[in-house]
Amino acid sequence: MTQPLIGKAYDRVDGPDKVTGRAKYAADNALAEMVYAVVVPSAIASGRILDIDDGPASRASGVLAILTHRNAPRVDPRKNKENEADLYLLQNDAVLFDRQPVAVVVATTFEQATHVANLLRLRYEQTEPQLNMQSAKRFVPEKIFDKPGTFTRGIPIAALANSSHRVAATYTTPTEHHNPMEPHATIARWDAGRLTLYDSTQWPFGVRQRMASVFGIEGGKVRVVSPFVGGAFGSKGTAWSHVALTAMAAKVVGRPVRLVLTRPQMFGWVGHRPQTEQHVQLGAGNTGALQAVTHDVVSETSIIDEFVEPCGVFSRDLYAVRNYSMSHTLARLNVSKPTYQRGPGESTGSFAMESAMDELAYDLKMDPLELRLRNYADTSPDDGLPYSSKRLRECYTRAADRFGWSGRNAEPRSMRDGTDLIGLGMATASRSVHRAAASARFVYAPDGTLTISSATIEQGTGSPTVYAQLASELLDIPLDRVHFVWGSTDLPFAPIAAGSQTSGSLGSVVVAGATRLRDRLATGENIPSAGIVLDVSDEPTKDEAEYATQAFGAHFVEVRVDANFGTVKVERVVSAFDGGRILNAKTANSQFVGSIVWGIGMALFERTQFDSRSARIMNANLGEYLVPTNADIPDIDVSMIESDDRHVNPAGVKGIGEVGITGCAAAIANAVYNATGIRVRSLPIRPENLL
Amino acid sequence: MNPFAYLRAPDASSAMSARLRTPGAQYIAGGTNILDLMKDDVERPALLIDINSLELSRIDARDDGVLLGALARMSDVAAHATIRARFSAVAMALDETASPQLRNMGTIGGNLLQRTRCAYFRDPATACNKRVPGSGCGAIGGENRTHAILGTSDRCIATHASDLAVALVAFDAIVHIVSSQGMRTVPIRAFYRLPEATPQLENTLAPGELIAGVFLPFPPFPARSTYIKVRDRAQYEFALSSAAVTVSMQSGMIAAVDFALGGIATVPWHVPAAAASLIGQTPSTERLENAATTALEGTRGYGQNDFKIVLARRTLIRALAAVTA
Repeated sequence: MTQPLIGKAYDRVDGPDKVTGRAKYAADNALAEMVYAVVVPSAIASGRILDIDDGPASRASGVLAILTHRNAPRVDPRKNKENEADLYLLQNDAVLFDRQPVAVVVATTFEQATHVANLLRLRYEQTEPQLNMQSAKRFVPEKIFDKPGTFTRGIPIAALANSSHRVAATYTTPTEHHNPMEPHATIARWDAGRLTLYDSTQWPFGVRQRMASVFGIEGGKVRVVSPFVGGAFGSKGTAWSHVALTAMAAKVVGRPVRLVLTRPQMFGWVGHRPQTEQHVQLGAGNTGALQAVTHDVVSETSIIDEFVEPCGVFSRDLYAVRNYSMSHTLARLNVSKPTYQRGPGESTGSFAMESAMDELAYDLKMDPLELRLRNYADTSPDDGLPYSSKRLRECYTRAADRFGWSGRNAEPRSMRDGTDLIGLGMATASRSVHRAAASARFVYAPDGTLTISSATIEQGTGSPTVYAQLASELLDIPLDRVHFVWGSTDLPFAPIAAGSQTSGSLGSVVVAGATRLRDRLATGENIPSAGIVLDVSDEPTKDEAEYATQAFGAHFVEVRVDANFGTVKVERVVSAFDGGRILNAKTANSQFVGSIVWGIGMALFERTQFDSRSARIMNANLGEYLVPTNADIPDIDVSMIESDDRHVNPAGVKGIGEVGITGCAAAIANAVYNATGIRVRSLPIRPENLL
Repeated sequence: MNPFAYLRAPDASSAMSARLRTPGAQYIAGGTNILDLMKDDVERPALLIDINSLELSRIDARDDGVLLGALARMSDVAAHATIRARFSAVAMALDETASPQLRNMGTIGGNLLQRTRCAYFRDPATACNKRVPGSGCGAIGGENRTHAILGTSDRCIATHASDLAVALVAFDAIVHIVSSQGMRTVPIRAFYRLPEATPQLENTLAPGELIAGVFLPFPPFPARSTYIKVRDRAQYEFALSSAAVTVSMQSGMIAAVDFALGGIATVPWHVPAAAASLIGQTPSTERLENAATTALEGTRGYGQNDFKIVLARRTLIRALAAVTA
């Protein structure tokens, strides 16, 4: 039973359904008797609702319900066992951030509901919002991702003092909103105490659990359907307020209710990447050997809840350095609760750490790639564990060769073409590997077809393709005879499709199921008419904990900076990745390329703009919240390094959805420095930084 | 979005009379601007008068110039052979506007009347004198990185958004206007109004009047022209700074020149004296820089947009150098 280290580049199995419109996304479902809800977001970021004039709204045609804190059914999420403080369910008059849900209107048509929402007049008492991380209330969270957020090994301060070369700099990254193409959408229907939700989510079982908790019903009474998700990137990892509000509205009007967020509302209550301020210190000897690294992080969180952007995860065990410390501090601002966004912590943390490494290389007058090789960690510097596999060295070599790195002139402003300054930069990519318990049902029919079902979702990554492909390869069954069924809580449990963990988690279930099925088939037993049915689960083993598990990569970037205008154009990106076993070369390439595109956006464009006086978001649309256009994206050359990892998990995969964004912004900033001699430590890099 | 009535006007006179007799009526052509504003609850027209059936979409190349119908689509004008050959700055400005989809829908008249991208104008939760006269200006002291450094007042610092208008000002185009009294013309250089105390009044159209077209006169001498646009990303983005320059060179001397600046002012910015200082001169770095100094007299930054003072100067000098080289 073998599978290739780099799986065939099969076209995605759901492609035809998507391009012909047959694939149903949450809001595509039209239920009998369905009516429409629209959320009214707050116009202030701090204060309380004084008065609601719903006179004209309540007389508008088609109106069925107007829910506000005065009349909304009472739920008290904070009494429930799960941490649900981030749900805003019209339970009181407090406003804590811009675009907080303050009312929900329901009407017969979407247009009527939109109009009713416009007619509702709210009067507020506005208090001065807190938007400044310096003056905000700060605190040190107990944990980040179930691990201590503050950590020290060795004696970094003394080691810094004894280092002949030091870098000490502060780097900042802005608030960024995910903005998947498909806005969040929910349809809710109640039938005799049972709730059905069609929802755009990364985790059907998570939505079930949370809604059961909010409405005080058994999990088994909540059915969640979510086959196709039009992008999520972390913003659909949790059931935000609108999911419960839709269910609440459906209960009140006694009919199915559909609710779709508008683009400006996508900047409201559905999460964002928090702004960070990161202080990094590096100490090294004359040979470039790192003596000490410290990484102190302040990031924003909301007024009553906490989310930590775990930037230190990146620096903690990347290079061979004995003396290390990290800390994470939160600042309470009048913003909505931040959440995971593609490469949480490691994308932002790598900007700081890999920019600092470039600064150190210049200080040492050493090639930045050479500096990284001199500090290459062969075992985890954190706990001495061996890596399950690590082919970062090969990533550096492959990408540097394809890029032509050896011809680089390190001197800033040394390369020109007309009015353009040309710069080359590089950075390391690294992302921790996660995996969770998952399950699936295998049904092998007498006609030789295999159906595998599990409650995961397809958010554009190609999951249904790769699981069918993996089973097909392991069992030597043609791909068109393997069917993967997914997308609802009617199916066996699957974990959240996030953290680049899905293919490791569910892929390992497929490996386990294929192994059991092969053994059954080897017995020569007669296949019953209902087929051979196997319920398969798999979870991380103790053996896996004996290894440090990380995906790696390297980016090499060429930029052109207009010397007069300060505009930056990324000319080339050449990257190589060690993502463990690659299940499908085509869908994997798309994941890497998409991550790099996001990295370019992070480096040059993305930034949520708040009015500093009101904490109102002033660019809540895709005209002014800038992401790269096609014209901003150069050819992106991605190499996948063959990696035979026997320890990371049974599927041998490390997860590839996020490693590509890590290091990318730093590589671009480093290239901008090489071009201009200007070190930009605050993202995004914009013309005014380089004039 | 709010309920509204819709009327497809068969001709200009019925469009104008519907507009004049219906309070809150608005024209719609390509719809690329007003539909956004309606969704944002900035515009609440009681009636939308669709003027797409009016016979105003011709692009008419004549002996003395080109008449662009007000309903000619931006993409068609940009592709027109005479425009590309004789008014390349106009074609360049159009090519660099918005996205292909928007250029396919957007019209010449609509482009000239598009509203500012100022975030405060577009957000009814904030103060804006242009949207609600007397309510204040959120951009002063607020998010004003993309705002104007010229032509501002203490009531409004919103940037004029059009690329096309900048090129038309450089070429001294004539706006043809149809009203219930008949046709009239106004130079585009006199078409827009500074915000001063009344930022809600953006141009010299009288109520109900329609732009019928824009006439681009051929320059008296063979001319070269260019449009340089500096922006945050490569496509689908408004100018941080732009310059349209047209020039006639004779034996190494500047025989005629004119230019306008965009992305930095409340109206397309035109300083006749700045261009005049170059006429009869051989181009030199110093002369171009002096012209830029004159053109940018009186700039005022509002904090986040201070960098535009330098950027605008460099944009103009780059454009002048490109066409006089």
